[in-house]
Amino acid sequence: MFEAVLLTVITAATPLLIAAIGELVVERSGVLNLGVEGMMIMGAVVGFAVANQTGSGTLGVFAAIAAGMAMSALFGFLVLVLVTNQVATGLALTILGVGFSGLIGEAFIGIPGLKLPDLYIPVLSDIPFFGPVFFQQDALVYVSFALVIAVAYFLFRTRLGLVLRSVGDNHVSAHALGYSVIRIRFAAVLFGGACAGLAGAYMSLAYTPQWVENMTAGRGWIALALVVFSSWLPLRVVIGAYLFGAVSVLNLHAQAVELDIPSQLLSSLPYLATILVLVLISANRRLTLVNTPACLGKPFVPDR
Amino acid sequence: MKSLLKATVAAVAFAAAGSAANAADVKACFIYVGPVGDFGWSYQHDQGRLDAEKHFGDKLETAYLESVPEGPDAERAIERFAREGCNVIFTTSFGYMNPTIKVAKKFPDVKFEHATGYKTADNVATYNSKFHQGRYIIGQIAAKQSESGVAGYIASFPIPEVVSGINAFLLGAQSVNPDFKLKVVWVNSWFDPGKEADAAKALIDQGADVITQHTDSTAPLQVAQERGAHGFGQASDMIQFAPEAQYTAIIDDWGPYYIERIQEVMDGTWEPKSTWAGLAEGHVVMAPYTNLPDDVVAMAKETEAKIAGGWEPFTGPITKQDGSVAAEDGVALDDGAILGMNWYVQGIDDKLPQ
Amino acid sequence: MRVELVKRKEHSRKMALLSPLIAVGLTAIAAGFIFSISGHNPLFGLYKFFIEPLTQEWSLNATIAKATPLILIACGLSVCYLSNNWNIGAEGQFVVGALFGSALPILMPDFESAATLPLMMAFGAIGGALWALIPALLKTRFNTNEILTSLMLVYVASLLLDYLVRGPWRDPGGYNFPESALFSDAATLSTVPGTSLSYAAPITLIVAVVLAVVLGKTIKGFEIRVMGESPRAGSFAGFSAKKLTLFSFAIAGGLAGLAGTMEVSGALNQLLPTISPGYGFTAIIVAFLGRLNPFGIIVAGFVLALSYIGGEAVQSAMGVSNKIASVIQGLLLFFVLACDTLILYRIRFVGRRGSAGEVSHV
Repeated sequence: MFEAVLLTVITAATPLLIAAIGELVVERSGVLNLGVEGMMIMGAVVGFAVANQTGSGTLGVFAAIAAGMAMSALFGFLVLVLVTNQVATGLALTILGVGFSGLIGEAFIGIPGLKLPDLYIPVLSDIPFFGPVFFQQDALVYVSFALVIAVAYFLFRTRLGLVLRSVGDNHVSAHALGYSVIRIRFAAVLFGGACAGLAGAYMSLAYTPQWVENMTAGRGWIALALVVFSSWLPLRVVIGAYLFGAVSVLNLHAQAVELDIPSQLLSSLPYLATILVLVLISANRRLTLVNTPACLGKPFVPDR
Repeated sequence: MKSLLKATVAAVAFAAAGSAANAADVKACFIYVGPVGDFGWSYQHDQGRLDAEKHFGDKLETAYLESVPEGPDAERAIERFAREGCNVIFTTSFGYMNPTIKVAKKFPDVKFEHATGYKTADNVATYNSKFHQGRYIIGQIAAKQSESGVAGYIASFPIPEVVSGINAFLLGAQSVNPDFKLKVVWVNSWFDPGKEADAAKALIDQGADVITQHTDSTAPLQVAQERGAHGFGQASDMIQFAPEAQYTAIIDDWGPYYIERIQEVMDGTWEPKSTWAGLAEGHVVMAPYTNLPDDVVAMAKETEAKIAGGWEPFTGPITKQDGSVAAEDGVALDDGAILGMNWYVQGIDDKLPQ
Repeated sequence: MRVELVKRKEHSRKMALLSPLIAVGLTAIAAGFIFSISGHNPLFGLYKFFIEPLTQEWSLNATIAKATPLILIACGLSVCYLSNNWNIGAEGQFVVGALFGSALPILMPDFESAATLPLMMAFGAIGGALWALIPALLKTRFNTNEILTSLMLVYVASLLLDYLVRGPWRDPGGYNFPESALFSDAATLSTVPGTSLSYAAPITLIVAVVLAVVLGKTIKGFEIRVMGESPRAGSFAGFSAKKLTLFSFAIAGGLAGLAGTMEVSGALNQLLPTISPGYGFTAIIVAFLGRLNPFGIIVAGFVLALSYIGGEAVQSAMGVSNKIASVIQGLLLFFVLACDTLILYRIRFVGRRGSAGEVSHV
């Protein structure tokens, strides 16, 4: 039974992980994109629609990534070229995404979906307990871990990653050194959009293979919280995502075991836990100051 | 430029046509609390509307508003329909009760039909279906089919309708296996596929091999299909989502009721009344029995006939969870007791959220 | 070709007036486009959406009734946003305020006097303010990001309302349905005599005017605006960012709580598991659309309320999806934000050959 619970936690944590790692890169470059929820849900609907029309889950996933990138490109244009307020623009992106996805998705409600198949690795998947948990997930779970490792390597072991971090910490100096702040940030924003779209695809193609209005149900906002929780360090995002996934799943198990606690209290635990964790992280000033991108959310206009 | 001109002319023509009298005899309007595509509650109501359209052809015009939140938005939507020439307005959610009454007072010539409520007026009728009849039958099937002797129930909110459904399910199961166990999880939502899926997984992990639900999405059945468990569709036939897992479904068929009432409006014989019908009148329909051995199907059909013939599933002896007697041997609970049910039958491992 | 922004020497007055109009115009064009793609007549759709609701008295009243809570909440939010406090939790503050305000009629239903309503509204404002002070205190004491904490508290507030309405505050005579008892007449916000608008509307108008005066003519207003634009300059002037955070969150929460109480008391007459169709979030759009200025907010609130009513009109008359309303709202916000750039910056199109290829100024 523990194995089964672990499997549920993995499926709950994966979309959070993917979306959060993308947003981490965006914020490391100095941009705050609150539109994660909107990009995720557009990814979910486009992924489902394309998979449904073409019969291919893979095509659906790629379409979802493209949708997320398109949304983030719109955001990038407004925030980086037209220098609009990042908070308001991100919110507008979310509102637009949720509404637009509902519009597109209308034709697809009530249709059974394509589920991404679990990968089966011979021999390894047959190991009792460890087998199914570690070696028999659908492809996107493995992609999520690969993404984290790739992002960690990129940010801290490559020159381009260093440049991106410097843009996030001090865009004036980076600009003076000759780096194109706008272009680097735009690329980061696009990457964040791709990840959000991918996370959305996971929702509609693996988690609950169908399309339902508003199916991301606030996960984009949780992903934003996870980035802060992780102090902008990639490996910590994994801890946060799995912790949050576990708390939300355990709420249901607690009910099935008939603990005598009001279900609304159990349902609110993930949110209260998020607040608690955020407070603990930010109260540690040293940790926060060292890792917060100093120029997060500040607009940059190259002066001529 | 030309197309702009055409569009303008069309727009003016549209507006003019809209204000002219319509060819239909009656306009029936529907307010849904969820999206028509939810494949559950609102979907079935819309199927009823479509049945009525098919039945009456040109004589009937229909309109609907979906995903209308309960509260002042509902009041506005109902009033809009009343002003737009609707002769009868169906409001399909409990939360529309007070808005319906308020608007009905302002428009005495319009007929209002409120689903699942309890307030009537001179121009307001209420209607509901005896879903618990279907629950009894699926409870029997669950007890026959379950190997673990445990079923999982994904419930939405502890209102009487849901509680009586749970009780009826267990009574049906106990009629086959007196030691049958039922685990209940409350997801606090009518429609949340992610949560419903998680709840189904949790219940299966805890030993349930038959799942049933009083929530609207197909997610729990899909989980059952994946995990090799079985279950029952809710509000509509969900067999396409779970071809090997669904035994049957309790279908809300509103078509007959809508056709009957619209006909009465046309004939001028409409009266405000409270309708509460079930299998006998065709308001509750069981989906085709699938994935079941013949003897179980026969048993289910036999119970169907018995209930349609007038037998009330809530017939004693029924003992409440606290030990007191709800009904003596052979005595049936009356409508009021069922409509207001807020207690559990003995045998449920759960405490009702009070 | 490259788009370049040249900062204007001062905010362009002309653009400040024109940009919202341009934005609305662009939105209308986009909306018409969406209508025709989904196979409907665009002009008819635009008429039904934007114009028809204004032509009938009942829909005009409904629009004002819907705009009222939006405007009230947005006024409070504008104080927050002007001072760089990103309060996203107005929805939760609305709900908690409603809970505090409803406590009196639910727990003491026999207390019926002229004091009932004022007390309810006072409690409601206090409740909302308290809920808003949580993220504010977390920000001032622990430096916690207020966007996320205020948002998380929205979920918690909804669950709290759900728990109370299904449990301890449930109507004992209501057949176990999740609703509180109906409020007595003394606890119901009545309509202004001679109209069908509730007192919430004039109260909101007064609040907006007072806020405009405070923001424009008082030291406090000056403090709010300065701390938003340049916190360092403000601190030299002796203003405390922390105290301002607490103040602005309290105001926003208080106004949202007041809006919640008035909505429950006037429009709903009881507590239900859901009492807001997203007012707290829509108010954020209203605040930005109104450019954080009380009079702009009044207009913006009205326009947004219009989009809801219009959305229902096109749904009912043309069978257009009810999602159109939120798509149009999102587009409106986008276009307003984009057009606002023109106030601060001039757009210059620079050709490939650099300054030799300058094309146009806007």
